[in-house]
Amino acid sequence: MTTGTKLATARLAEIVGGSNFFADPARLADYEIDGVRPSAAVRPGSSEEVAEVLKFAAAEKLAVIPSGARTKLGIGLPPRSYDLALDLTRLDRVISYDPGDLTLSVEAGISLRKLAGVLSERGQFLPLAVPFFGRATIGGTVASGVDSPLRQFYGTARDYILGMEFITGEGTLAKSGGRVVKNVTGYDIHKLMIGALGTLGVMTKVNFRTFPLPVGSRAFVATFETAERALEMRARVAHSPLTPITTEVLSPGVADLFYSDAAARIEVDAFAPGIITNRTWAFSAGFAGTEKVLDRCEAELRTIAEQCAAAGLTALSADRIPGAFGRKREFIPIALDSSPATTILKISMLPSRLKEVLAEIGAAAESDSLPWAAIARGIGIVYAALLPESKTDSSRARVVRAVDRIQAACARFEGHATIPWCPTEWKSHLQTWGAERSDLPQMRKLKTVFDPHGILSPGRFVGGL
Amino acid sequence: MDPRLLRELKKLLSAEAVLHEKEDLLLYEYDGSIDVARPNCVVFPRTTEDVVGIMQLANRFETPIVGRGAGTGLSGGALARHGGIIIGFSRMNRILAVDLENQRATVQPGVVNSDLSAAVAHAGLHFAPDPSSQKACTIGGNVAENSGGPHTLAYGVTTNHVLGLEIVLPSGELIHIGSAAADTPGYDLTGLFVGSEGTIGLVTTITVKLTRLPEAVKTLLAIFDSVDDATETVADITARGITPAACEMLDGWTLRAIEAYVHAGFPLDSAAVLLIDVDGLREAVESQAENVADVCRLHHAREVRVARDSVERDLLWKGRKNAFGAVGRLSPTYYVQDGVIPRTKLPVTLRRINEIGKKYGFEIGNIFHAGDGNLHPIILFDARDEKQLERAIATSDEIIQFCIQMGGSITGEHGIGMEKDRLMPLLFSPPELDLMRRVRDAFNPNGLLNPGKVIPSAKSCGEIHVRPLPVAGVPSA
Repeated sequence: MTTGTKLATARLAEIVGGSNFFADPARLADYEIDGVRPSAAVRPGSSEEVAEVLKFAAAEKLAVIPSGARTKLGIGLPPRSYDLALDLTRLDRVISYDPGDLTLSVEAGISLRKLAGVLSERGQFLPLAVPFFGRATIGGTVASGVDSPLRQFYGTARDYILGMEFITGEGTLAKSGGRVVKNVTGYDIHKLMIGALGTLGVMTKVNFRTFPLPVGSRAFVATFETAERALEMRARVAHSPLTPITTEVLSPGVADLFYSDAAARIEVDAFAPGIITNRTWAFSAGFAGTEKVLDRCEAELRTIAEQCAAAGLTALSADRIPGAFGRKREFIPIALDSSPATTILKISMLPSRLKEVLAEIGAAAESDSLPWAAIARGIGIVYAALLPESKTDSSRARVVRAVDRIQAACARFEGHATIPWCPTEWKSHLQTWGAERSDLPQMRKLKTVFDPHGILSPGRFVGGL
Repeated sequence: MDPRLLRELKKLLSAEAVLHEKEDLLLYEYDGSIDVARPNCVVFPRTTEDVVGIMQLANRFETPIVGRGAGTGLSGGALARHGGIIIGFSRMNRILAVDLENQRATVQPGVVNSDLSAAVAHAGLHFAPDPSSQKACTIGGNVAENSGGPHTLAYGVTTNHVLGLEIVLPSGELIHIGSAAADTPGYDLTGLFVGSEGTIGLVTTITVKLTRLPEAVKTLLAIFDSVDDATETVADITARGITPAACEMLDGWTLRAIEAYVHAGFPLDSAAVLLIDVDGLREAVESQAENVADVCRLHHAREVRVARDSVERDLLWKGRKNAFGAVGRLSPTYYVQDGVIPRTKLPVTLRRINEIGKKYGFEIGNIFHAGDGNLHPIILFDARDEKQLERAIATSDEIIQFCIQMGGSITGEHGIGMEKDRLMPLLFSPPELDLMRRVRDAFNPNGLLNPGKVIPSAKSCGEIHVRPLPVAGVPSA
């Protein structure tokens, strides 16, 4: 925002009101992304104001990056340019909530925690148990595409978002989908916005289907001498009649993270000692339902654990679940807090290949003496944290070597491996979004439709979109 | 049609895979909707390469091209609105791979929906989307329309089960999007293509999730003396957070039509029934069935029957799934609408539909996915009488307007096609329609693929198209 700065300042302040426009460098530091600081920030109070801001930005060719609580701005490539921070946290209202229909419409800047409070009053919830839960907003959660342990049963945001209102890179206010639970009217454009990191449009409202809170829940953690046995238990549960709401396989390194001070700070609910250890692998599963259903699940699970030669099985009663579940949900923040140079891979894979993937992660990390921890969701999503003790060049060389090896293996196994989090300085040495994608030309076509001037989060997404 | 194009198509596919005689084309003028449009030829590829070749020829000869599965669609999606080539996928009907361990299948678009479920039933799996036409409709068609079905209440619609696609773009380019693994990095192209009604690409291979069959299923038939009681029951079941696997409503009029045809055991003297499936673990099914029955009784259900065995269960569902066939026996033509409303608005909406019917002098039957709020009012009329047709369309439009007023939508699962494109401006602003148009044009720049569908052309907005109609079904004797 070098040329015409005065004009820009005046116009933007006029759109959002003077008190919602900042150009003060100290405050702008909060909006930095990968060390790039914007020239100004605005906090619009309505969809219409967002549209006006973007219209102006398009005319002036200002690069705009939308944000909510700014918990996940580390995801993606460093921005190619970044003039204006678009802070959406004033858009924090519930637009409509019809508990009888189990449908909800909210503004993008509402926090997950606030929303959870509104829904729980009516015995409902959204299955978005995502990292940074205490601070994150709906918009940031949806735009970043982070997932929830609950996807095992409830699917991802794409499965329960019914519609959306968003503003394109030309400042056009548009909606897609609707508010009803079943709808095939027009293209599902809102699906494109999910996980697009704000490169196609700025979400202003999101419509969801909500879910009834389970009447009861129980969780179990089984420990094993080897990864193979933990994975065997995963497979047996997957092929049983049971319908768990979460399943994970935890590597031994997870215990060091979950019993750390960082974990206790981030997830205040207690996690009783000895449930997992740093010498064993673990399989965990959560179930929901009536006592009768939970008893049946427990019985079956105990049989399966025995068949898989589990070293131990802990049943977590309702009061002990939050500490364990919260740690699984906050695995990424805990890992980020545990090393100055935490590098996190997100891997998606067919569940049958998890054994090979986990073996490869372990081998790659250990051959470079990198502490590591991995959580594998039963449906085939792995979050692997490499935890070097320092941010030195030598650490970087070791991490890059390990990551390259893991990414190459994932490509062989026909999966995907991206690096959502790593030190900014290392991004140029790593393939943040994984291997080059053959469908990139199709994505470019869409980028041109939604953001013809290339002002929305330029350069941060797959292929530098 | 350009004889050179025909020659080229025959050369590419062999002569027997190209239909172009008038009597051969008659079958392809229709789908399950009330629209009619005749193609210039119909071709039957066997491979992806064939599809690429056909697309290249369509481009070279600047001829429209429309994909078609079994032609069971209800919005004219598979009709050649502007003539040209229909590409029938019936010969691309192989299940290419089944991965039981990961619960995935890869199929060609012409595989019949229920054939896939049958092929994996031995492993306790199925393909969850179950449109009523599932014994005929193809998975390619399901992908194009993002089809639903009764059990999508609990299991989700087609888009929730599709992971990856191989697509021939209108340019003739072959692309692969999504993957058997979840969370493919990049924009959710699969999410965009599913439900795009064949307007931005032709799907040639589909990778889907397979779903475990439930351990136990109970089918309940709740019988009511008033439609209000039945709709209040559905609203209450929903509000209590009970999610049955399926929750269908059939009103008395429809019941009697079905009973005369299928003999499913529906009570002839009732005002409405709810056909409800609960499934899952044995222990869960027992308590859920009890809860559902309690809510039904609370709303004055005269009787709640539980199907004794799978035979009785299958018969009840056969009645439901053959409903439109049964209706076809009663009237030369019928018009099925597909509006959606919030479940809390079911009672008021059903009352309003009844009033609208009376106003226009039609008896309207209702058989629909009540649990989803997805209505299917059926308007019986005689298409040979142009006045009746106009009245039927006016009736339908008024119902749709009411659904929108209730915060709903104009189609829950049948698609926009060429039937409802004129209604799109009721839900979307001109800039929104323009955005959809630009998305389409980004992939389909010359408009050769399935022209005249989904998005109204700028000049046709607000017009009502009246077309000559087919005579559907067998008139009652």
